[in-house]
Amino acid sequence: MKNIFFKCVLILSMLTLTGCGYNAFQTLDEEAKASWSEVLNQYQRRADLIPNLVKTVKGYAAHEKEVFTEVTNARASVGGIQMTPELLNDPEAMAKFQAAQGQMTSALSRLMLVAENYPDLKADQGFRDLQAQLEGTENRVTVARNRFIKTVKDYNVAVRSFPENLTAMVFGYKTKPSFTVENEKEISAPPVVDF
Amino acid sequence: MKRYLSTSLIALFGALMLVSQLAFAALVEVPPFTARVIDLTQTLSASEQAALEAKLQSFEEAKGSQIAVLIVATTQPEAIEQYAIRVVDEWKVGRKNVDDGLLLLIAKDDRKMRIEVGYGLEGAVPDLYAKRIINEALTPNFKRGNFAGGIEAALNALIGLVEGEPLPEPHPASIDGAHLEGLLPLLLVGGMISGMMLRGVFGTFFGSAANGGLIGTILVFIGLSFLGAGVMAVIAFFFTMMMGGRGLNGYSGHPTRGGSLGGGLGGGMSGGFGGGLGGGFGGGGASGSW
Repeated sequence: MKNIFFKCVLILSMLTLTGCGYNAFQTLDEEAKASWSEVLNQYQRRADLIPNLVKTVKGYAAHEKEVFTEVTNARASVGGIQMTPELLNDPEAMAKFQAAQGQMTSALSRLMLVAENYPDLKADQGFRDLQAQLEGTENRVTVARNRFIKTVKDYNVAVRSFPENLTAMVFGYKTKPSFTVENEKEISAPPVVDF
Repeated sequence: MKRYLSTSLIALFGALMLVSQLAFAALVEVPPFTARVIDLTQTLSASEQAALEAKLQSFEEAKGSQIAVLIVATTQPEAIEQYAIRVVDEWKVGRKNVDDGLLLLIAKDDRKMRIEVGYGLEGAVPDLYAKRIINEALTPNFKRGNFAGGIEAALNALIGLVEGEPLPEPHPASIDGAHLEGLLPLLLVGGMISGMMLRGVFGTFFGSAANGGLIGTILVFIGLSFLGAGVMAVIAFFFTMMMGGRGLNGYSGHPTRGGSLGGGLGGGMSGGFGGGLGGGFGGGGASGSW
């Protein structure tokens, strides 16, 4: 008899927990974490490419000091942030992380632009391989970021819509910060047409 | 006057439609994954297309990894990378959890191409190899207008790279991972029911042996190897032996239930191509232009 009662309570609690979205939070929270780890992974992959890339470009264009300092500074500020999954729940750290990675992105694209001016460098097989790897990694970063934005959106919608928001309040699930468009200013500024 | 008004209204409506069409320039649609080689531009002749398809099919049967070729006119307004990831997300080229899919995408009017590499092949086909294949096999051929030759050379190079990679054995299409996973609970429940019935009819020992034999036969029938099916049969035998005994009276009253075991198999497998198998992609690969 006691056994049956216990089973009933178990089934009932399963049903109610499913209904109030508790289980959905678990799934969405884990998904967001996983996609965030993927983002960190790909940024790390990019960071690992930089020493070789800088070395190769320096071999041909050692006097372009400005761009090397830029890359070095960006690397330092990225390195100063602990790339841990906990970043995900801290909007401020997240913004800082994003700014540092954005700085790195622009420093790297400047570096590749400078490389365009050196035909010998462009013909170097080692450089071409690194360039292919960098392009591939940048694309992976983009894909990982887009997937992350999507999972965070799903999670945040769940946290904020009724009646799941009550559950979220009880168990302390907060909305997560997501990525914003990095070049917001460039996009919002009207294009300059120069004849 | 009235007629004039209505004509101008229709004209206005038409103009509005046009403007809204232009404003929301629709993304290029991803075609359904109906063959390994899909050419929406009629660039390849029927025989060239069939030859490439046959090459990819025999490779897929021998190695298990899936390669697809898609030729579209343009990917505008998206970049080829964005379109490529949409295609593979929809097609799910390659096997589930092995993620051994590859996509060769060509945007003919944009004069751009991309090799998209599944997670599981990022070691076999690193970005720089993909880039080299684009530079050495595709670009020179495409510049001369030799599309079939370029694609064939690129596929040969890709197949050569994937050949050297240790991947799980290919299975017949009816028992790919996703299929078997879905079957297991069914098999367990069906096996328990049939076990109870058989024990009821033949007694504990012979009933269990019969149940083991039944499970083994079914597994061989749906495509598992003899060894694997044998192991499963022995497990089923001991499992049935140890099952809480009800004996004759318990379940022999429900003979119709045994039928559930056979249901729900089959499906998939039509003419050698069953679409994508659930492979995942993370944006690896390389792009190029000619």
